[in-house]
Amino acid sequence: MAEGKRLAQANYVFDGAHSRRGYALNRMCASLTDAANRERFGSDEAAYCDAYGLTPEQKRAIVERDWTGMLDLGGSIFYTFKLAVLDKLSMQHLGGVFTGMTAEEFAATMRAGGRCFG
Amino acid sequence: MPSIGAAMDNRKTEDPYWQPLFDGYAPAREWMARNPPDVAIVVYNDHANAVGLDMVPTFAIGTAESFDVADEGWGRRPVPRVVGAPDLAEHLVVSLMDDSFDLTVCQQLDVDHGLTVPLSVYCPDPGEAWPCAVIPLLVNVLQYPQPTAGRCYALGQALGRAVASFPQDLDVAVFGTGGMSHQLAGARAGLINTSFDRMFLDAIETDPESLAALTREDYIREAGSEGIELIMWLVMRGALNPKVTRVHETYHVPASNTAAALALFDNVAGGVA
Repeated sequence: MAEGKRLAQANYVFDGAHSRRGYALNRMCASLTDAANRERFGSDEAAYCDAYGLTPEQKRAIVERDWTGMLDLGGSIFYTFKLAVLDKLSMQHLGGVFTGMTAEEFAATMRAGGRCFG
Repeated sequence: MPSIGAAMDNRKTEDPYWQPLFDGYAPAREWMARNPPDVAIVVYNDHANAVGLDMVPTFAIGTAESFDVADEGWGRRPVPRVVGAPDLAEHLVVSLMDDSFDLTVCQQLDVDHGLTVPLSVYCPDPGEAWPCAVIPLLVNVLQYPQPTAGRCYALGQALGRAVASFPQDLDVAVFGTGGMSHQLAGARAGLINTSFDRMFLDAIETDPESLAALTREDYIREAGSEGIELIMWLVMRGALNPKVTRVHETYHVPASNTAAALALFDNVAGGVA
């Protein structure tokens, strides 16, 4: 279990605690699968976040596009990716954000075979 | 993954970036075209589209007449509606339940890229309709704790028995889906572990029990937090006979942030590749 816990924390494994913390944020992101909701979100992001009951910290992360902050506040990458798509950003852009690279550097790293650990 | 679907939908399969991936699929498509199934059971995971976080079924099966293609946030993929196989699906539910696999039963389910992209890999130009009926079989791989690899393998074995006991004579394909090593978030984003992937691709045919014995921590450590999707391949493998014939295999890095592979097995020993 100890290894499981370490792995979970280092890799944003989406467990029960994460799911409870991020419930409102993830639910808001999931709502963006509806075209009318995408429009409503676009017209007033902060009000839209309030309607879904996000905490002030979560709302800030969303409005400022703090992608790492969203995950720290309970976001799941599969949910926050819907916001990235709305911004026309790719998963490689997010990969760059998470690893301190530009999207181009991250894409080049993937083309070269990806990142090797251990 | 969505980007493979987008590459097909936007006619980019001959771009230098994508061509090696799609070239690798060709022999499998040709074999499938010669041996088309009546029904494909697609073992896949939803990506925050049909399944939210209110209720997360560990295993679920779609028993509807048809399934709409999901809007995942960027509009619906321009692919046909998915036609179900309700009689076989109902038989599977009963048979699996009797075999102690307590599946969630879905009468309404929008299917996302996890299901439609593997169908496109099989049939890139379906026209008005997919060439076979489809039974979606969902596995939770997003929320910890995911089912164990061993449980997925055992589900596959029960699925194989369930298909075999269906009174009607049908050709059934089982698609086990999911990327190989990859991690989307955190400091290890971009992880690829080619040696693990190669080991898995080999063992999925010859020694699936060894893969079924790996823990979820093993999968996350070695294949990345999203590489745990590989447990869905074990449902497919469990449904096949102990001895199978490997028709084709292809492995490619990268498809977006993921190592992508396809292995096609004929469910007979000593078959012709």
